[in-house]
Amino acid sequence: MDSLIFFYFAGIILVTATLVVALRNPIYSALSLLVMFFHVAGLYVTLHAEFLAAIQIIVYAGAILVLYLFVVMLLNVKREERIHRQSLVAVLLGATLLTEAALLVFQSKGPVFPDATSSGSAGEVTGNTESIGQVLYSTYLFPFEVASLILLVAMVGAVILSKKGLLDQKS
Amino acid sequence: MFDFGIKFALTLTQIAAVMGIVLLTVAILTLLERKVLSWMQDRMGPMEVGPYGILQPVADGLKLFFKEDIIPAGANRMMFMMAPVLSLVPALIGFAVIPFGPNWTVDFFGVEFKPFAISDINIGILYILAFTSIGAYGIILGGWSSNSKYSLLGGLRSAAQLISYELNVGLSIVGVLLLTGSLSMVEITEAQSGGFWNWFFFALPFPQAIAFVVFIISAVAETNRVPFDLPEAESELVAGFFTEYSGMRFAFFFLAEYANMILVSCVASVLFFGGWQAPLPILQGSGSMVWLTGIMWFTLKVYAFLFFFFWIRATLPRLRYDQLMRFGWKVLLPIAIGNIVVTSIFAYMFPGS
Repeated sequence: MDSLIFFYFAGIILVTATLVVALRNPIYSALSLLVMFFHVAGLYVTLHAEFLAAIQIIVYAGAILVLYLFVVMLLNVKREERIHRQSLVAVLLGATLLTEAALLVFQSKGPVFPDATSSGSAGEVTGNTESIGQVLYSTYLFPFEVASLILLVAMVGAVILSKKGLLDQKS
Repeated sequence: MFDFGIKFALTLTQIAAVMGIVLLTVAILTLLERKVLSWMQDRMGPMEVGPYGILQPVADGLKLFFKEDIIPAGANRMMFMMAPVLSLVPALIGFAVIPFGPNWTVDFFGVEFKPFAISDINIGILYILAFTSIGAYGIILGGWSSNSKYSLLGGLRSAAQLISYELNVGLSIVGVLLLTGSLSMVEITEAQSGGFWNWFFFALPFPQAIAFVVFIISAVAETNRVPFDLPEAESELVAGFFTEYSGMRFAFFFLAEYANMILVSCVASVLFFGGWQAPLPILQGSGSMVWLTGIMWFTLKVYAFLFFFFWIRATLPRLRYDQLMRFGWKVLLPIAIGNIVVTSIFAYMFPGS
């Protein structure tokens, strides 16, 4: 039963992820991305990571993808040019990532993904949300703070970029 | 397998009951809103259908049901048909985690179930936030697929508005979550038991009254109600994102708006006003009476919030778009973040009070 659910989610994720790049209409691409986010959240739920599942939907589906749709609709792109100058870079990057994935799969000894029950046992006792909080603010405090610093830099950059025109006008 | 069957049937019954009550409340609200607005403007409101117009919702429903379903030329048919559903389903699905009464477990033919909450999941409030944010898709896609400039502008405005104010809703409830130490709606309600001085609106160590003000303003903005109804501003955008909709599809958007109002009122009463708890322990009754008074107080609180929605609709003029954005990002957001900081300091200094 569990593996059946896993293969359902995994299958839909694969299909919709392919559709994101294969579909011609950017709106449809964004919507298949939405379906994919929901199924990734479903996978998290099967791994007893309900907090991650909710955050996945709030952040990616609820905020980031809405902004994507916003931009696509504002620009009113009907048919996007699919093959352009980026294709060479895309092929190189894709080949690298594919090789890495293949190496990972063939070199690993045991199952690729550790058993959910063994690694999630700590989360069972205190609850997933609490254990994420404890780990984030103790073991991974430094990476956590670095991530927030990177986000701050991005925020400052966005403000500067949007204010650039204003400064030029004044001077 | 037999147990599973009973559990399934019980859950289905609960879902049907909750959906029925919510849709009935929507029908009542359509009349109540017109009546309340009329009284505030010194008018009678609908009086023709039935005594004092109480059968007006039935007439409205029948009218919408029999209207022709028009799909405009050049519209994206699939998206146009999907958008109302995408907007209604997230609005209804949030009710799954709302506790309507005491957290009792009833034994029914060997199967334990909770009669007053469809499900008590440990991320209850995040679940509601996640699905309210999905509701934006219905509005954006409805606006885009109509192939009309008014609709598109309405949809885009709504996207920007929902993203901005969703953040404030999320941040304003963090104080409550800090004081409870849980994301479950049932546990948040239980943490406020024993009288109105324990409700998070008033509770020590740090009353969440400021957070509540931020929450309720952002909630009005998220439900696209006056004074934040820019996505459907009649005077500038005809009717915004549902300009091109008619018949049942229009009714779906309409239902979604009212269901969202009810959901937000439920969340506000659970988070800040103790959910089904009575303001004084003596008013709660005892023993098997508790569920009756519980549901009664919950309904009373929810209707008080719904009245508040109508009240501000009759009172306040619509904001301009740049005012809306400035208010959300430069006023509400700093207040919400400040509330988190102060609440965490108080929660640290006075633990367990």
